[in-house]
Amino acid sequence: MIEEGLKNELQKQGVYVTSLQELYNWGRANSVWPLTFGLACCAIEMMAASMSRFDLARFGAEVFRPSPRQADLMIVAGTVTKKMAPLVVRLYNQMPEPKYVIAMGACAISGGPFKQGYNVLKGIDRYLPVDVAIPGCPPRPEALIHAIMTLQEKIRNQKLTGPDRPRHLNAEIEGEYPVPAYGKHDLEPPNNPDLWQPPAIQR
Amino acid sequence: MEPNQNPYLVLVLLMAAAVGFALTPLALAWAWAHFFSPQKPGNDKNDTYECGLASKGDAWIHFRSEYYLYGIIFLVFDVETIFLLPFAVSFTGLTVGAFVAMIIFLVLLVEGLVWAWRKGFLTWR
Repeated sequence: MIEEGLKNELQKQGVYVTSLQELYNWGRANSVWPLTFGLACCAIEMMAASMSRFDLARFGAEVFRPSPRQADLMIVAGTVTKKMAPLVVRLYNQMPEPKYVIAMGACAISGGPFKQGYNVLKGIDRYLPVDVAIPGCPPRPEALIHAIMTLQEKIRNQKLTGPDRPRHLNAEIEGEYPVPAYGKHDLEPPNNPDLWQPPAIQR
Repeated sequence: MEPNQNPYLVLVLLMAAAVGFALTPLALAWAWAHFFSPQKPGNDKNDTYECGLASKGDAWIHFRSEYYLYGIIFLVFDVETIFLLPFAVSFTGLTVGAFVAMIIFLVLLVEGLVWAWRKGFLTWR
């Protein structure tokens, strides 16, 4: 491994050195292709972010893919109803590794203004591993761009080897998350216990 | 270039370079997927993509090929008209052989019409 100081000195002289890990992460971070997948009003802001005024293409993430087979990023843009939740999880399962999730807006994070609704899932983090969450109702396109930049930062800092390498490079970690089923009153199970546990009430 | 060299050598070299240019990224992608990125297949991932819904039934179903009747009707009423107009225009100057050939053509098409009629295809339901 080359030292950071030596690298900076070389860079001043016009010599650029890199490692395979940096090159890999650089490529990954600048070609995050989202899934064309809008659930509610946040999707309008997502569309605006991909259009010319906000121009998501500057970050390499404008290529919205209409098939999960070609997508890297799932932007959960809007309210996830309990009827839609199994479909969201199945779509996530159908995406190839490496895959990332952005929970966009209050609804995707927690149910938002519809939290009291009997048919609204109180946050997609109950079933999917959310990488970045954006607050807002709906978040502005700038907020989505900020989320993608945060995700890029996360991808740039990942290690390709070692025990804390990302999931897609670790063969032991399963790629699929269990799809909930429609129960009599709620989804079954109501959450993925490996990802999310209901907070214990202290009395 | 040396005078005794084959003038097509450049083309062969260029072709080899082109094939290499195409195959190298594919080979690199294959090597990366093979040695670094573990495969994680699963039931959902290998399933048919149906916009998130679980796919139902089997894709191996039978289709009835009824299109040939539309093909016959199209030939009778559309293609025939294209040939009938020049036939009518040059009718007085035709030889007997051309006339007989045209009649055979018309009879073949009328046979198609009779076929479609007997199939009940012309009945409005």
